Amino acid sequence: MSLLEVRDMGISFGGLKAVDGVSFSVEAGQVFSIIGPNGAGKTTLFNLVTGIYRPSRGKVTLAGEDMTGLAPHLLVRRGMARTFQNLQIFFRMTAMENVMVGCNLSERTSFLADLLGLPSVGRQNQVTRDKAIALLERVGLAPLAHAPAGGLPYGALKRLEIARALGAGPKILLLDEPAAGCNAVETEAIDHLIADIAKAGVGVVLIEHDMKLVMKISDRVLVLAHGRPLAEGLPRVVRENPQVIAAYLGDHGSREADRAHG
Amino acid sequence: MGAKATLARVLRARFTPLIVLAALMVLVPMLAPSSFHLRVAALVWIFALAALGLTVLMGYAGQVSLGHAGFVGIGAYAVAIGPARLGLDPLLCLLLGAVLAGVIAYGVGRPILKLKGYYLAIATLGFGVIVALVLHSEAEITGGPDGMAVSRLSLFGWRVSGALNWYWVTSGALLIGALLALNIAASPTGRALRALHDSEVAAAGTGIDVGAKKLAAFVAAAVYGAVAGGLLAAMNGLITPEAASFSHSIELVAMVIIGGLGSVFGTVVGAAFLVVLPQMLTALQEYEQAVLGLLIMVFMIFLPQGIVPSIRAYILERLP
Ligand SMILES: Nc1ncnc2c1ncn2[C@@H]1O[C@H](COP(=O)(O)OP(=O)(O)OP(=O)(O)O)[C@@H](O)[C@H]1O
Ligand SMILES: [Mg+2]
Repeated sequence: MSLLEVRDMGISFGGLKAVDGVSFSVEAGQVFSIIGPNGAGKTTLFNLVTGIYRPSRGKVTLAGEDMTGLAPHLLVRRGMARTFQNLQIFFRMTAMENVMVGCNLSERTSFLADLLGLPSVGRQNQVTRDKAIALLERVGLAPLAHAPAGGLPYGALKRLEIARALGAGPKILLLDEPAAGCNAVETEAIDHLIADIAKAGVGVVLIEHDMKLVMKISDRVLVLAHGRPLAEGLPRVVRENPQVIAAYLGDHGSREADRAHG
Repeated sequence: MGAKATLARVLRARFTPLIVLAALMVLVPMLAPSSFHLRVAALVWIFALAALGLTVLMGYAGQVSLGHAGFVGIGAYAVAIGPARLGLDPLLCLLLGAVLAGVIAYGVGRPILKLKGYYLAIATLGFGVIVALVLHSEAEITGGPDGMAVSRLSLFGWRVSGALNWYWVTSGALLIGALLALNIAASPTGRALRALHDSEVAAAGTGIDVGAKKLAAFVAAAVYGAVAGGLLAAMNGLITPEAASFSHSIELVAMVIIGGLGSVFGTVVGAAFLVVLPQMLTALQEYEQAVLGLLIMVFMIFLPQGIVPSIRAYILERLP
């Protein structure tokens, strides 16, 4: 039994089969990458797996437990966290508060205690703050802990989302283009971070356009095109697959090919 | 640097607004001891208490309500109807009104809090209109448009009467309300509310039950409104459906926005602005409303974050 098993996922928007019969499984400690041209259905697949969209067919199991169609906040409680391609940051909070929110599942105060400001709330805040600082250190953002998130550069926000997701203590972490818009140095840092997360035993599902990054850190790669799986396997094998090369050199893919070589 | 850091710390300290508010409450009777002034001040505290509900709901959680006066009306009429028609103790009715408002908010909030933005605004507006309509039309119980007399409140045997006593009772109520609102802000619940304000998707993505948190904020707001309404009815000794009117709802929203959305002290300043200014402008007679409107526009143009947050930011920037 794999940590995460996705079987025969599918959803259509109007007539468009955005995701159509996709299956994969991810083991603990593995980096599993999903690649494919723009509009291939990668983000939609994430949205199906994380409960944002209800799949019209297919099944998701996490550690053997059926998770299909569960609401996002319940999925997180069972160990599945994610980041978003289009940043979803709490812009009016500081970097640290963002991560503190990410730690909310481990917080143990009741609404009444919060309202009355009982001493337990103060102690809880301190515990959460310590956790958040540790997570910010892990992603290299500790110096910016008290900066308003709204003013942080893009690359920092990408890492902030990862820190926030880690706050839930996930078994499986889904990252949607964590290195998009990052410079070489930032990409390198994210590369190390992902490897570090996987080494700690978390299964990582990675959507990424940066081929260098994908080929370097992935244990397995799934290629999607037009919502359908095109190939799956070891990075080096997938890269040589003629269908994959064709998809990437087609009209949708030339930009990807450029990125892969540049 | 040292002075700035100290002042910044003071301005950000959790209980600073509470201490300043308490100091103000002690100062007002010294500076303006006439019973007219005390009555106006007590009204400010009551309206601020009602508006604090919106500070939690709109300021923290980002959920608009254009029907908040509906809950004020429920609390007010609980204190009016309970003693007059059922022979209940007024203080008990104040509590029952708060519970009733909370229960109604729970029932109404579940379906309408699924709506967002304008749609939520219109749905809450509808709720407020219905409450006002019921209070208007159920004349045998509510006295209809003319309203009804409210019997005196007694706190554990002490009959509250006189401007100064009401001033202290409303001061106490507002201090407690402000303390609770500040407590929420500095707690996991407060972080969850502010988080879903910025991104519901991301908040849910961290495990927050967005629907449940919004509902909690809505119920809390209703209880604030109802307690304020009950105090208003008991202090005035008379209540009309005006308390639950749409224009009153709008006034409450204006208070939290003028004072500074999400700021507890700002809410009090906003309430003072909208309660005291009309009193000061009565000399202008028919121009009163126009000048009040103009002043609101000027304040929003020059202090778009609201009075308190804007001034705070100004002070912090100007320091050497
Ligand atoms: N909610 C929706 N309603 C209608 N169509 C949608 C919706 N979400 C996605 N789609 C469509 O599904 C297809 C797949 O989109 P998706 O965002 O999953 O692609 P992607 O592989 O993540 O692309 P990119 O690399 O650009 O992020 C696209 O054609 C998109 O327009
Ligand atoms: Mg995408």
